[in-house]
Amino acid sequence: MKSGRNRALDFFAPLAILVGLLALWELAARWELIADALSIEPFLIPAPSDVAEALWQDRDLLADNAWVTLQEVLAGFALSVVAGVAFAVGLHLSETARRAFYPLLVASQTVPIIVVAPILVVWFGFGLTPKLVIIALICFFPITVNTLDGLRSVDEDAVKMMRTLDAGRVAILRRLELPTALPFLFSGAKIAVAVAVIGAVFGEWAGSDSGLGHLMLESSAQLQTARMFAAVAVLSVFAIVLFTVLSLAERRLAWWGKNETRGAT
Amino acid sequence: MRAATRAPVGEPVSQKRPGETGSGAGNELAMRAVGHRFGELEVLADVSLRVAEREVVALVGPSGCGKSTLLEIVSGLREPAAGSVAIEGEVDPEERLRRCSYMPQRDLLFPWLPAIDNASLALRNRGARRAAARAGAAPLFERFGLAGFEWSRPAELSGGMRQRVAFLRTLLADKPVLLLDEPFGSLDTITRAEMQEWLASALGDEPRTVLLVTHDVEEALYLADRVVVLSARPGRVIRELAFEAPRGPRTHTVTDPAFAELRERALVALSEGRR
Repeated sequence: MKSGRNRALDFFAPLAILVGLLALWELAARWELIADALSIEPFLIPAPSDVAEALWQDRDLLADNAWVTLQEVLAGFALSVVAGVAFAVGLHLSETARRAFYPLLVASQTVPIIVVAPILVVWFGFGLTPKLVIIALICFFPITVNTLDGLRSVDEDAVKMMRTLDAGRVAILRRLELPTALPFLFSGAKIAVAVAVIGAVFGEWAGSDSGLGHLMLESSAQLQTARMFAAVAVLSVFAIVLFTVLSLAERRLAWWGKNETRGAT
Repeated sequence: MRAATRAPVGEPVSQKRPGETGSGAGNELAMRAVGHRFGELEVLADVSLRVAEREVVALVGPSGCGKSTLLEIVSGLREPAAGSVAIEGEVDPEERLRRCSYMPQRDLLFPWLPAIDNASLALRNRGARRAAARAGAAPLFERFGLAGFEWSRPAELSGGMRQRVAFLRTLLADKPVLLLDEPFGSLDTITRAEMQEWLASALGDEPRTVLLVTHDVEEALYLADRVVVLSARPGRVIRELAFEAPRGPRTHTVTDPAFAELRERALVALSEGRR
């Protein structure tokens, strides 16, 4: 058990660092001596207080666009999980498929998404589809790789035991391999959900008429830097909240952790 | 002998003798000149062994003598390089797999399932619904000293309790032959002695054909009708021993002079086989 003091420290330490950094930033932007020395202009780097003001004043605008982006992120992430797990299971069940597709899987991650994004917009239009494709392209990789590692980490003796307990291929997959892989899937999903937010922004930059990424571009062009940073702040909150939700779900749904079937004693 | 664990000391209990194994129900399990090698490494050489129905046979031997490999071969999970194995006359590995259940040294309980679902895995694998599988397992929890632990997660159970659940899982597979690979190898001495008595009485209640692998001579002599001593790699049968007197409580049995003498002979055979 952690002592109360330790727990308070755990909570306040990150908060104190955040506040400290924001204070430094505020100081650098406000205090003319430093601002001049570092050539900080308000339209280049707004002070945190300006960003806070933008967050409040543009709240309706931000909320509308945030809703659009949130939908893209959630749908894209859901698609990645389904595709990633299906892909991992497919590669796990067939040695040939694994040999054939694994290099392609890795190669797919070297494709610069920024360059591909406009092409996807040409193919799929301005709507939701190109964003989903972009998010899925970025996100399925950590999910597939982690889930596949999980499926392959299954104890050989447990498989043998299951076979003497009349388990067929499907029963082994369902009762042994998938539960073993679930904690690994969560690890991959936690990485994926953070990059899903970036994927949505890339997608919107390539072509869109709404969303936080779109709002960033627009604000940047109009030198509304404070509003742009406000959009970035909202995106960060998205990533943190989604990550936290996944961590809580992991604790409830995959509490046994990785490799628990190995070394029982 | 197994039922005898519960009987008062000295009370005679009918017991199979090694000489009787060929008669009656016939040979449940027959190994003929089984040999195996991994690449250049020869692990088993010319092992022939017959196990009668409901007979408990223990295999002892130095580590690395191929005991576990032999169990895998018997179960049909591995085909021998030489010789053959038949269970109920069936030589086909798939047919053997259908007739054996295997209890590994590590309990390998699934941490995500409560004890009762771990024990009833075989029923689920055969397509039973969860409720039916649980209903099938529940009476055995009562009978084998696990009442009240049905819903415990494996992590909440002690080492001995986990082995009991693992044994129930093997038993509930409802196969004619049980293959036990060092079932108590990971337990401390006291729990181990307790579990030996427990297993003896469990097999008294639910007699099965058992092939037990262990490196503990005392455990082998106490639990088995017949003890087969294997030599060092490549493993071959070098001696067969049996403690034929009825078993009393474990502490009583293992201190019996006749038992002690057999243990000595087994240990001598083991050390000779190591050369």
